[in-house]
Formats: sequence, structure tokens, C-alpha cells
Amino acid sequence: MSRSDWIRLRNGLLFISPWILGFVVLNLYPLLSSFAYSFTDYSVLSDPVYVGTDNYERLLKDGLFWQSLYNTFFFAAFSIPASLAVSLIFAVLLNFELPGRSIFRTIYFLPSLLPLVCLGVLWQWLLNGDIGLINAALDPFFDTFNRIFGTSVRPPNWLADPAFTKPALILTTVWTAGNAVVIFLAGLQDVPRSLYEAAEIDGANFFQKLLHVTLPMISPVIYFNGIMALIGSFQVFALPFIITGGSDGPGRSLMFTATYIYRRAFEYWDMGYACAIGLVLFLFVLVLTLLAHFISQRYTYYQGE
Amino acid sequence: MLGGCSRELPPEAEGRVVIDYWEKWTGFEAEAMQAVVDDFNASQDRIYVRYLPVSQIDRKLLLAIAGGNPPDVAGMWSYAVAAYSENNALTPLDTYVAEAGIVEEDYYPIFWELGLHRGHLWALPSTPATNALHWNKKLFRDAGLDPDKPPRSLAELEAMNEKLLLRDANGRIIRLGHNPQEPGWWNASWVAWFGGEPWTPEDGMLADSPQMREAFAWFESYPERFGGHDLQQLRNSFGNFASPQNPFFTGRVAMTLQGPWLYNFIKDYAPEDFEWGVAPFPSLDPERWPGVTIAESDQLVIPAGAKHPEEAFEFIRYVQQQGPMEKLCLGQKKFSPLVEVSDAFYAEHPNPYIKVFADLAASPNAARTSPITIWNEYRNEMTNAVDTVFLGDATAEDLLPPLQKNMVEAYDRAQERWERVAEQREEEWRQDVEE
Repeated sequence: MSRSDWIRLRNGLLFISPWILGFVVLNLYPLLSSFAYSFTDYSVLSDPVYVGTDNYERLLKDGLFWQSLYNTFFFAAFSIPASLAVSLIFAVLLNFELPGRSIFRTIYFLPSLLPLVCLGVLWQWLLNGDIGLINAALDPFFDTFNRIFGTSVRPPNWLADPAFTKPALILTTVWTAGNAVVIFLAGLQDVPRSLYEAAEIDGANFFQKLLHVTLPMISPVIYFNGIMALIGSFQVFALPFIITGGSDGPGRSLMFTATYIYRRAFEYWDMGYACAIGLVLFLFVLVLTLLAHFISQRYTYYQGE
Repeated sequence: MLGGCSRELPPEAEGRVVIDYWEKWTGFEAEAMQAVVDDFNASQDRIYVRYLPVSQIDRKLLLAIAGGNPPDVAGMWSYAVAAYSENNALTPLDTYVAEAGIVEEDYYPIFWELGLHRGHLWALPSTPATNALHWNKKLFRDAGLDPDKPPRSLAELEAMNEKLLLRDANGRIIRLGHNPQEPGWWNASWVAWFGGEPWTPEDGMLADSPQMREAFAWFESYPERFGGHDLQQLRNSFGNFASPQNPFFTGRVAMTLQGPWLYNFIKDYAPEDFEWGVAPFPSLDPERWPGVTIAESDQLVIPAGAKHPEEAFEFIRYVQQQGPMEKLCLGQKKFSPLVEVSDAFYAEHPNPYIKVFADLAASPNAARTSPITIWNEYRNEMTNAVDTVFLGDATAEDLLPPLQKNMVEAYDRAQERWERVAEQREEEWRQDVEE
């Protein structure tokens, strides 16, 4: 390494040192210590006691852990594609050169500005099976349907019926896709106009342009939003916690792994076990992210390359 | 002190030992305690108590104690004493109490007992509570029942339940006599009304006892009689507890199991012409088990590692005197945990039924939440089982055997945890007590 390389490395490191310091103190240290605690029985107030792989053996047999993992995977499997698709569609629509465009952009971003707690309380009422606005809106459709077919189908009892709690939560999550919309919009504006013009000369219609120009050009942004959604959905906690009033939902249908970790650590004082669960969750997210990374390498296109 | 340093002390605190007191109350309950704190601060010139309202106090206290910087006095819930004391988070009060001449006989036995664990005293009551049946007299009259005759047995309650049931033209339930899920705060404790206990020192966890099965048979009868879906829909129409949409105030349910605090909410949120009564909640066999109730208490504790334990106890001791205690309990509209009560207390008390709660505290069938460290987990598991039964998705037969197995495992783990440190703890506590 030449002298100038050395100086540049030093300066570079110096510039990112606040981040490195923050990462080491606030992320790396907790990560490593939770790894260490996962091999102990630790009640927070008493000294941790080494118990070997006990916590991991317990975990294999713990039905609640597996149920929480199932709930988390179910939620991720539907909420990630749903919020990606919806935010992409809104971004494309909001990218049209229309009067009042910025007003609409603001409106669609507004839900993302609401604190999660307010959002949770709001949706608690919207989704109420008896007096909720969503069912009030659905009622006429069901009435017509029932009149035609002679049935007596009612709109779902969203938050009280275990079969509908997760769809309800996915709906709520999609509603907060404003952040992803903004990032998509930035990506859309980076697509060179010349490519669209070339496609137009070749006679491409709107959907052909979208499929063959827009999507490839913003593929890194899709990838980024996808990874963020992946990580976010595996950490889902606040929204279901608020919507269920701090419970696990009917039939434990809204007990996610993050909720279970919280209960184990802070309600049951079982910090060692909670750390073990946290670590397993971390491994799942890591593997999935790496998987997404390798798969997406074939499909993402970076303009700089 | 986090958040403590920045708070300015009033001039009268100058030169005194300042002790921090964390309490969960806000609103009028906080005002009632603040008045007692002010009296204490004015009564002497050595100690100054600073009242700090803290939300989610059980969790914050845990972290403050683990971080070595706890308050000097804290207000806790009685069900947390077992977990906190076993984890070495509290200071034993035995010596302080003996020196101050505070004795068991001063209290209703149940409230003294709530402060005991593993042979030591950890907490003294601030404001106690028992729960009892509250019924809506107007709805009784509408349904052709005698508004002044509450049910005296569970069978009677269920007969009234059928009479009070009201469905609209579409078959939706718009009124029910009673629903054990409203408010559903004592799911692990309902067994007391069936002559059982959720746990005993001899038998350990009793999640699948014959009495628990009887309680669950009672729960199972609800979806059978009223329809799981219909009950769900009714429950969905219930608004928040502390609001005019509370189902008891809106007449959606005519009877509910509640504590003396409900009086305050009736005053604030119920309609003007709301007529109500209070009686012991009837048990399965009222001849064998009269006066069943769950007794709980707000308690004062000295966290382990508190900087001024002596001064902290000085304050706790002050609150335990008849005068201040009555002022506090009257302010919060509760009854006094002390056996000795002035006539003025009941004469001035705005809740016309306060005596019912106090009498229940003296009942031999006053039950308590089990003093086990896994209580939170047990309670959550039970609530989940009860909710599942109410959905009509499963029966006690499916749910209770695995639940019992899980709870026994958790309990054994907790016992193991305790046995690992028992000797050391007991030695420390003995020293604490001897000092």
C-alpha cells in the first residue's frame, strides 16, 4: 500500500468512525453478549448461570416458539410481496406528470408519518367486526351477494377471528408503504428519458415500457426495498402488539417471534432463553437475506457497472 | 438519578434526605397519594419524599434495579412479590417492621400474607382490593327480575343470564346477563369459585385439576348456549374499559366481576340514571364456599440497592398508620387494609357498597394470586386457553393436559433456578434482617 493509499484509508476510517463506534457499542456488543447469554439461565436481576445448550434444546420442543415462527413466516410471505407491489404501483402512478401530483404524493406518504401506536389504535377501530368502518363499507356488497344467492355471508370479524387477524395486519402494513413509495419514486426519476424515447420510437406501449425499461432500470431499488421489507417483517412487533391490546390475538394468531422474545425477556424474566430465540431469528433473517442477495444478483442491473 | 437530577427540589427539601418514590398511579389516585406524601413531608424535617409517577413500573423497576440505580420506595402489585423477591430485587422488611411495632394483627390476614414470600416480609399494603359482582338494577327490572336480588349461586346467575339475554331482529346478541370474558382479568383465578386453587405449595401447578375442569365446563357452556360467533361479535362491540363505551355502562352486559375502583369509572362514564349494586360473586356451591373473592393489593416495597432504606421505611411506616392510610384509601375510593377503621371512614366514603369489599377481604374464602415466579406466564396461558374455549375452537379436554404439562416444566425450571441460589439468598436475607 502506497503512502497516499494509507492516508486515504486513514481519513476514510476517521470519517466513518462515529458510525463504527456506534455500531460496535450499540449493535455488535449487544449481538455478541446476547450470543453469550443464550447459553445461560439469566433472569436479569440474578447473575447468569451457564446451562450449555439447554435453551436451544428447549426451543426445539417449544410449541409456542414454532407457532410464533409460523406466524412470522406467514406474515412475511404475504406482506413483503403485497407491500412491494402496492408501493411500486403507487410510485408509478404518482410519477405521471399530472397537476396536483405533489399533493397526492404527500397524501400517500402521510400514513408513514403517523406513530405506529396511533396507527394501531386507528386500525383497531377500523377493523372492528361490529362497528368498524371497513365492515360498514363491505356490508352493502355482502347484502347484495346474499340477496342474489340467498346466502347469509357476513364480512369477517377481522381482529376476533384467528383466520382473519393476519390478513388484517397485512392490510394495515400495506397502508404504511409510504417510505417504499418515496424510494421507488426516487428510483423512477433516475431512469434516463432517452431509454423511454428509444422504446417509444420502437413502438412500445406503456406496459412494455414498464416491463422492459422501468423495472430493469430500478431493479436495485426493488432489491433494496425488498430486503428492507424482509427485515422489517421478521421484526414485526409494535403494530400487532397495539392492535391486540398487548395480547397475542385470538388463538395466538398474532404472536410473532419478536413478541414472544419480548414476553420471555421482560414478562417472564427468561432473558437467556429470549436471547436464544433472538439468535435463531437472526440466523433466519441472515440466511434469507443472503439468499435474496444471491438470487437477485442475476436480476439486478446497476447503471454504474 | 436519571430524570431525578434535572428535577428541581423545592426549598423545604433543603438539608433533608431526599427519597425517590416511584408509583404507577396517575390522575386522582396520584393526587390522593401526593396528599399523603405532602403530609409526611410536613410532619417532620429530616426526610423529603419525592413522588414520581412511572408507567409500566414493573418493567422499569426491573431495569432500574438491574442497573443498580433504583428508587428508594416503589409501588408494586402484590402478584409480583414472588418474582421480585426470589430474584433478589427487594429488601426484606422483617427487622424494620419489628422495630416499628407493626404486627400482622393490624391487617386483614390476606393483605399481610400478600407481602410474604419464602419466609420473609417484602411489602406492606398501600391500597387493597377485592372483587365482587356488580349488577345493573335497571336491566334486572327490564328483564322482570327483582332489581334488589343479586344471584346467590352460579346456577342462579346463569338462570338470570338467560332471562337477561336479548337478541335483535337479525339474531345478534345485544345484551347478555353475564360474560366471564368481560373483563376477563382473572382467568387463572376463576377456579376459586369452584372450590379450587391454581396452585398449592404441596401439589404445585393445578392447571388441570377437577375444579379447573369444572370452571372450564362453565366456560364451555357459553359458546354452546350463545354461539361462539355471536359472543365474539358482542365482545367486539365492547369499548374501552375506561370509557362511556364500557359494556357494563352501555347495558351490553348486566353483571360483571369488578373491584372497588369501578365506582370511580361509574361516576365518570356511566349514564346519569345508572343504577347498580354490589354483592359477592356467587360460587358454584354457596353453602360450601360463601364469600369467594380474589384479594390483591397495591404495595410499598424498598427495592434492593436503595440508597436510603431506613428513610424509605420511615415513609412506609407513616402510610401504615390509621390516619394516613384512611386518607389515602378514601382518596382512591378503596377500603382500608387495616382492621381498625374509624366510623368516619365509612360515613364519608362515597361508594355505598364499600363495606361489601371490606367484608369480602375478611372472608375465609378470600383467595390470592399464587405466589409463584411464573405467575405472568401462567396467567397468559390461562387467558389464551379461556379465549380459545370461548371461540368454540377447542375444549378443556384438548387444552388443559398440554397446558398443565408446560406449566409443570416451567415451574420445575423456576424451582431449579431458586434452588441454585436459595442458600446464598437466604444467607444474605438473614444478614439483612440481623443488621
